[in-house]
Amino acid sequence: MSQGRIVAGCLSPHPPHLVYAANPARNEPEATGAGAWKPLTDGYAKLKARLAELEYDVVVLHTPHWKTTIGHHFLGVPHFDGFSVDPIFPNLFRYKYELDVDVELAETIAAEATERGLVTKMMRNPDFRVDYGTLTSCELALPNPFGKPLCVISSGRPYFYYSDEVGDREMLALGEATRVAIEKTGRKALCIASCSLSHRHFTEEPDDPEDPRFEYIYNASQQAWDERVLRLMAEGNCKQLLAEMPDFIQQSVSECKDGSLTWLLGALQVPDYPAIVHGYGSVIGTGNGIVEWRPRA
Amino acid sequence: MSVVAGFIVPGRPHPLLAPEGNPGWASLREAFGQVREEIERIQPDLILLYSTQWVTIIGHQMQADPEPTWHLVDQDFHELGTVHYKLRMDADFAHDYVARAKKRGLTARAVAYRGFPVDTGSVVALSLLNPDNKFAAGIVGCNMYADRAETLILGKAAADAIADRDLKTVAIAVTALSDRMWTDWIDPADDRIHSLKDDEWNRKLLELLAEGRLEDVAQLARTFYEQAHGDSKLKAIWWLGAVMGQNNEYRGKVFDYQAIWGTGAAVVGLTPDTSVTGDLEYDEDDVDFYKGDRNVLVAKSGT
Repeated sequence: MSQGRIVAGCLSPHPPHLVYAANPARNEPEATGAGAWKPLTDGYAKLKARLAELEYDVVVLHTPHWKTTIGHHFLGVPHFDGFSVDPIFPNLFRYKYELDVDVELAETIAAEATERGLVTKMMRNPDFRVDYGTLTSCELALPNPFGKPLCVISSGRPYFYYSDEVGDREMLALGEATRVAIEKTGRKALCIASCSLSHRHFTEEPDDPEDPRFEYIYNASQQAWDERVLRLMAEGNCKQLLAEMPDFIQQSVSECKDGSLTWLLGALQVPDYPAIVHGYGSVIGTGNGIVEWRPRA
Repeated sequence: MSVVAGFIVPGRPHPLLAPEGNPGWASLREAFGQVREEIERIQPDLILLYSTQWVTIIGHQMQADPEPTWHLVDQDFHELGTVHYKLRMDADFAHDYVARAKKRGLTARAVAYRGFPVDTGSVVALSLLNPDNKFAAGIVGCNMYADRAETLILGKAAADAIADRDLKTVAIAVTALSDRMWTDWIDPADDRIHSLKDDEWNRKLLELLAEGRLEDVAQLARTFYEQAHGDSKLKAIWWLGAVMGQNNEYRGKVFDYQAIWGTGAAVVGLTPDTSVTGDLEYDEDDVDFYKGDRNVLVAKSGT
């Protein structure tokens, strides 16, 4: 077996609004096409086009919307066929899905993570409903959303139970465990962090959720933080980004507190090469960046 | 008719799916059974739940599907199995509640979608308290951004909607007290409250609740949350207090108090009763209208 590797890493946020706007057949609601999220839908189109040219065996995804307090969980059932309704935005996301799971890779990552002192658990219940963060990121980023098997990792709570610094350390270890497992199993993996940047929502929604007049980042300080974070990514300075991560999380109510971005940076060995920022925009006040890293072979 | 009884119950799945795992979980299941009997005795028109595990962002959501039907697997405790649920909601009440919430300035909406994921807390509570759907229910979610004022108003809006239709109602807060879980896989037999501090705070709250002093507990919520990792800032208690009148005039009964995976799980009953409590000098008579000096000290001394 040849050594596996991560062929690309992506920051792929999961607002269900963008799936709604795209009107895929798998999603029940129908959008008006008023265009509130065009910078993001354009960004996803660019990412999708590039990923269409990429060869990979598996998508490894860390999701903030499968929240687990007792360590880090992994989907461990080979096939899921289900229907997902977003409990927060059920008017926008009611989505039919069918997907395969790379259980062998999931078990290997779990074993590597356990070896590094992390608490892990395989999820073996076939009735489990796959979270909508996973589904949304796959639908938006991938040319054939469920054409390749997935390996899905839950979002543990170390940031919330201990501190942002502890959370980051744990996620870097989980990222390393992911990379090592990918190498050992010989997979060519696309890694996806399914999270927003700043994450303060508006608590009201216009009659047409897609009405662009109501869409902007919740406040200017959060936008300034998002722009700084994206600049550090584009400059290939993720070491500095990690140094500032606790401040970013605290000061912009960032969804990075769920660990996905730090996990990705850990899996990519903290990139010192430039990322491609495909798009940035707001969804119901939150800041979302679409970013791609291509590790050197 | 209005809210004739209030209850506080925990929402984690262990009493429903694994009562045999720990004597405390079995004991909680029995306590749920006692509350179920109380509800049977009351014969309410409506069981209204506020669940901290139904997190909302866009204002407040009320369940308006007359028959939510699906299966539930807990995000953490998936190993415990699947709950196949079919619930019975009072959809008209949900719409009334939305209208009343809007009238008080809140953003609110009814949700009725096939396959909507009813949260673990609501499914656990209704499965154990209303297993045959004998009584119609309502569920309102917990807005993650709502502060105390907004949550109190949400409770008052519920009271408005209940009064509009003269519904004999049982109000239920589905919430943990302290909410610090074990972050490792423990032997269920070893389950206990996560820390002595959490345990002591829980017991102090239960002491007040046993005296029927719900409003005092609601006033303590912020401190409790800071000190004892309270579940969702203890918003469910704010809501319950507001639905039931924001006072201390109840007969309280603590049916049970146990640990579920480190968290404080209590089953508590509160029955409105003006004769037993609310007799302290600082107890408000009415939170909306001043009705003059209550002359508590004179009444107390009998002079």
